[in-house]
Amino acid sequence: MSVLVGKDTRVIVQGLGKTGQFHTDKAIAYGTQMVGAVHPSRAGTEFSFEGETDHSGVPGRDDTYSVDLPVFATMKEAVAETGANASVVYVPPPFAADAIMEAVASGVDLVVAITEGIPVGDMIKAKRYLEGSGVRLVGPNCPGVITPGECKIGIMPGYIHQRGKIGVVSRSGTLTYEAVHQLTLLGLGQTTAIGIGGDPVNGTNFVDCLQMFEADDETEGVVMIGEIGGTAEEEAAEYVKSEMSKPVAGFIAGTTAPPGKRMGHAGAIVSGGKGTAEAKIEAMNAAGIVVAETPSDMGEAMVRALG
Amino acid sequence: MKIHEHQAKQLMAARGIPVPMGRVARSVDEAVAAVRPLTEESGNPVVVLKSQIHAGGRGKGTFKEHPDVRGVNVITDGIDGGPGAAEERVRELSQQMLGSTLVTIQTGDEGKQVNRLYVEQGIDIARELYLAVLLDRATSRNIVMASTEGGVEIEKVAEETPEKILRAQIDPAIGLAPFQANELAHGLGLDGDAGKNFKGFVKALADAAVEMDTDLIEINPLVVTTDGQVMALDGKMAFDDNALYRHPDIAEMRDETEEDAAELEAKNHGLNYISLEGTIGCLVNGAGLAMATMDTIKHVGGEPANFLDVGGGATADQVTTAFQIITKDPNVKGIFVNIFGGIMRCDVIATGIVEAVERVGLEVPLVVRLEGTNVELGKQIIEESDLEVTNADSLRDGAEKILELTGGGAE
Repeated sequence: MSVLVGKDTRVIVQGLGKTGQFHTDKAIAYGTQMVGAVHPSRAGTEFSFEGETDHSGVPGRDDTYSVDLPVFATMKEAVAETGANASVVYVPPPFAADAIMEAVASGVDLVVAITEGIPVGDMIKAKRYLEGSGVRLVGPNCPGVITPGECKIGIMPGYIHQRGKIGVVSRSGTLTYEAVHQLTLLGLGQTTAIGIGGDPVNGTNFVDCLQMFEADDETEGVVMIGEIGGTAEEEAAEYVKSEMSKPVAGFIAGTTAPPGKRMGHAGAIVSGGKGTAEAKIEAMNAAGIVVAETPSDMGEAMVRALG
Repeated sequence: MKIHEHQAKQLMAARGIPVPMGRVARSVDEAVAAVRPLTEESGNPVVVLKSQIHAGGRGKGTFKEHPDVRGVNVITDGIDGGPGAAEERVRELSQQMLGSTLVTIQTGDEGKQVNRLYVEQGIDIARELYLAVLLDRATSRNIVMASTEGGVEIEKVAEETPEKILRAQIDPAIGLAPFQANELAHGLGLDGDAGKNFKGFVKALADAAVEMDTDLIEINPLVVTTDGQVMALDGKMAFDDNALYRHPDIAEMRDETEEDAAELEAKNHGLNYISLEGTIGCLVNGAGLAMATMDTIKHVGGEPANFLDVGGGATADQVTTAFQIITKDPNVKGIFVNIFGGIMRCDVIATGIVEAVERVGLEVPLVVRLEGTNVELGKQIIEESDLEVTNADSLRDGAEKILELTGGGAE
C-alpha cells in the first residue's frame, strides 16, 4: 500500500496555464492517470499531450505517449464524465481558493493545491468550507504528493524517487527533494512523499500524515521536515511520542533565521519568541525523533532511527 | 507589509473605529502648525508628539543624536503656558526628532531614521487595555486577543500571566458574534458606556481585519477615557502581501524608506532576499532549502550573509540580479549556489550563473552545488565556461568548501 494516491487515483487538473500544462505533461509522462481538465473558456475542446515516457514512473509502458485530455467547464461535470477522484490546482492565487472549494463540492476525495501566494483570508474561508466534507486538501503552496511508480500529482521531479518503505512529509518543496534523493541513494526508497506546503493555513498537517503512515502496512519509517513558524512540529512530536510505533527521523530548517522576518514561505516566521527551530528540535528530540544536524544527513538520520 | 501608526489610524477612522485626532508632520513647521487646531478642537491643552517608524518600543526608545529625547513625547507645556508654550516645545522637540535616528528594542542598535511625526490630541486615560486581531494557525481562523494589561508587551503577559489573555475565535462565515464581544467586555471588566463602546469597537475591528486582509492589528494600548470612550491610542497594522492586489489604497501606503534597499530591489525582481550579517552569500532555490543552506553554513562554522530564494521558475535574468544583489554586500567573501532542480532546471541556473559572472564580474570564490533536473547539462555548461568554480557534491560538502575558500569563517 501507500497513502493518499496510488494506481487507482484519477486526476482532474484545474488551471491549464503555462505551469499547469507543463506539469500535466510531466505527470502523464510519469504515468499518472490524468483524466480531464477544467477550463471554462475552453470547455468542449481537448488538450493534447505527447512525448517520451518517463520510465522512472509507472512500469510497463510504451516509450512514447499521446493523450487527448477532455476539457470541461466545471469540476462537477468533469467528475461526472470521467469518474475522477482527485484534483490538482494550478489556478492563479486570486482564484485558487474558489477552485479548491469547487473541487471540494465536486465529490473528489483529494484536492492537491500547488498554487503559491493565495491570500490567507481566502484560505481561512476555504478551510471552513472543507469542514465536515470529508475531502482531504493537501497544500496550498506545496510540491504535491507522489507514490513512486504509481501516481505523481504536483511539481516534484519524478526520477529522484524510488518505491520503498519510507514515508516523507514536509513543509518545504526542495527539502523534500533532498530527503527523497538521499533515501533513494541509500536504497530505502519511499512509500509516499507528501508536501504539506509552506503557508500558515493549509489543508493537511504533520499529524494527519503521520497517522496515515502509521496505518500504512508498507511504510516502515517516516521522515518529517519542518521549519520555523507555528507549532505544527511540536504537535507532531507529541503525536509521535504518544501514538506512533514506527521510527521517525526529522529536520527543522531555520535555526539561523532572524526573528520577525518572513523567510520566503508565508508561514516561516518566528514571532514573539514562538515557532523557533530550537523549540521544535527540542520537542522532536524529546519524542524520540532522530533529528538530522544538516539536511545532508536526513537519510542517515532515518537509517539511525530504523536501528 | 507594514504601515505607520498614523496610516493605521486613518484606516480605522474610515471604518468608524474611534482614534484620537491627529495630524502628520514631515517638517518642523507642519508639526508646530498642528498644535492649535488640535488643542482647540479637543479642548485639551496637551498634545503628543510621536515618531513614525515601523518598529515598536518607541515610547521608551531614544535618539542616537539626542540621547535624552524619547521617541514619543507628551507635551504638557500648554496647560500653564497656553498654546504658544506648547508650540515652542513642539518646535524644539521636532527639530531634534526629525531626521534623527531612533533606537528602540525592536530596531536593533543601528536604529531607524525618523522622517515623519504624528501630532495627536492629549487623552484623559482611565484604563489601558490590549486588543489584537491575528491568525491562530492551530485553528486556521483569526482570533481576537484582549488583555487588561495594556501598555505592556503581550509576549511578556503571555509568559507571566497567561490567564490575563482573553481569546475569541472569528468564524469566517459569521464574523465576531455579539455574545463574543460581550464575553470580552465582561472579561475586561467593562460595563456601562465603556462596555457598550468596547463592544462596538471590537466588532468593527474584527470586521476591518477581515475586510482589509490584515496579518495583524495590534492596539496597545486601547484606552478607556475618563468619560467612558474607548479608543485606539496606538495602532499597528501589517497586511498579507498576497492580498494587497485587492487593496490598492493600502498598497499605496507602503513606505519604501522603511525597507532594506537590497530587499526591496530583490522583491521588485521577484526574488526573496533578506540580508544578514555574515560573510557567505547564498543563492538557493526554494525557501526551505534556502533556510537550510544558511543553517548548514552556520553548522560548519561560517556565517551566512543572506537568505535568497530565487523561487521555482527563475530566469537567467533573475539569477543575474540575484548575483548583483549578493555581490553588492561588502561583507560577502564568498558565494555558495545551492540548487536542487525540480521545476527549476539546472541548465537554466548554470546559464544564469555564467551570464551573471560575465556581466557583473566576480572577485570572490564561488562554490556551486547542482542536483536534480538536467543536472548533467548544468554541470557541462559551467565546465565549458571559463569560470573559476568549485563544484560540490552535497549541501554539506558545498558549505564546507566555501568556508575553506573564504578562510575558515573565523573573523
